[in-house]
Amino acid sequence: MSKNLELITKPLRQANPVTVLILGICSSLAVTAKLKPAIVMALSVTVVTALSNLVISLMRKGIPSKIRIIVQLIVVATLVILVDQFLKAFVYDVSKSLSVFVGLIITNCIVMGRLEAFAMAQKPWPSFLDGIGNGLGYGMILVIVAFFRELFGSGTLFGFRVIPEGLYNFGYMNNGLMILPPMALIIIGIIIWCQKPAEEKK
Amino acid sequence: MKDSYIFRYIIIIVVIVSVLLSGAALLLQPYQQDNINNEKKMMILKAAGIKDATTESFDNYCSKMIVIDPQGNVTDEATNDYTKCKAFKINLKDELYNKANGKDFSLPMFIINDNGRQVNVVPLQGAGLWGPIWGYLGLSADYQTVVGAVFDHKSETPGLGAEITTEKFQRQFPGKVIFQDGQFVSINVQKGGIAVLPEDVQRHSVDAISGGTITSHGINDMIKNVLESYLPYINK
Repeated sequence: MSKNLELITKPLRQANPVTVLILGICSSLAVTAKLKPAIVMALSVTVVTALSNLVISLMRKGIPSKIRIIVQLIVVATLVILVDQFLKAFVYDVSKSLSVFVGLIITNCIVMGRLEAFAMAQKPWPSFLDGIGNGLGYGMILVIVAFFRELFGSGTLFGFRVIPEGLYNFGYMNNGLMILPPMALIIIGIIIWCQKPAEEKK
Repeated sequence: MKDSYIFRYIIIIVVIVSVLLSGAALLLQPYQQDNINNEKKMMILKAAGIKDATTESFDNYCSKMIVIDPQGNVTDEATNDYTKCKAFKINLKDELYNKANGKDFSLPMFIINDNGRQVNVVPLQGAGLWGPIWGYLGLSADYQTVVGAVFDHKSETPGLGAEITTEKFQRQFPGKVIFQDGQFVSINVQKGGIAVLPEDVQRHSVDAISGGTITSHGINDMIKNVLESYLPYINK
């Protein structure tokens, strides 16, 4: 496998930021009650990690090491505010349901973690790919969790009813616990539990 | 690395970033304002009981917007260009704050005409458990009956207080009366359900949300508090 491709595929599985590195858990609990906000959040984080990785990598030789965290924060914060403004302008309803969590991408450990660990020492193109990979790795978990939470919590996917009305007449009920944050943590736990043995076998 | 370099570096970055951000904010602001206005229009139409509401049809449905002063006099009136008129722009939160402090205040009212059926929509603003709650209440032409209600909230608990935004809660409101024997009774959000109440109290009561007691109280107080401010105008 080529080295660049590995930068994208590795964070999806054996170096997944959520299930292996256990980063960015906070927002994955909060925005996964429905699929649509989860996907928008996943894309937003991917855009922010990729672009901040790229920008920091381009600037890496000029950044004074004494203030490198401050510079990283400025870059990340700028990108996050831009994303937030775009969401408010073009997908208003989603931006409302994400509320403060877009702003909190700034504090998402994945972003700062990749800047410190990767972009500060690598060329722009690999850094960009690394950002994409980590954003997608995070997003993948978000979408899986949101799929189960929306399906069993509300009986819908993307807002469309998928569990037939007839089933409700037989006494089926939506699981209210599914739409509360603790259930997201449990689902993430189950994903980790399924993933661990599969990784160890290799 | 010299300190002067660090200073120069950070100053340049901050300048670039601030230009970038203020530019983006300026460019995107008209789109964002449109979204906020559209949401407000949809809520007003929904409170007026219009099912097939779209933001484009707002101008056809809305016949007048007025501004009312504390004595119940109409101080401003608009029949077109609604998003630019005074009534549409009023921030009810500020006005209620002025009222609480004994200052002068003005209240908006949106008059919707749906094929000859007139609905007077008033905005609502109050406090839930974790943050502000707001909404719109549609009243019949004689102000006696509720035609529709919509509510929204900033941060109520999902599954509990946040249930005020659901159809299930809101569809209880149409048909309720807010006056009884000429007396203002508001809408009573009843904990434990309205089924046990006497018939004449049921006519101005709705079921509260189980597990969302404080938000339900918030709705109760919000409707009472805001409608009371409109009484001088309604009684005229």
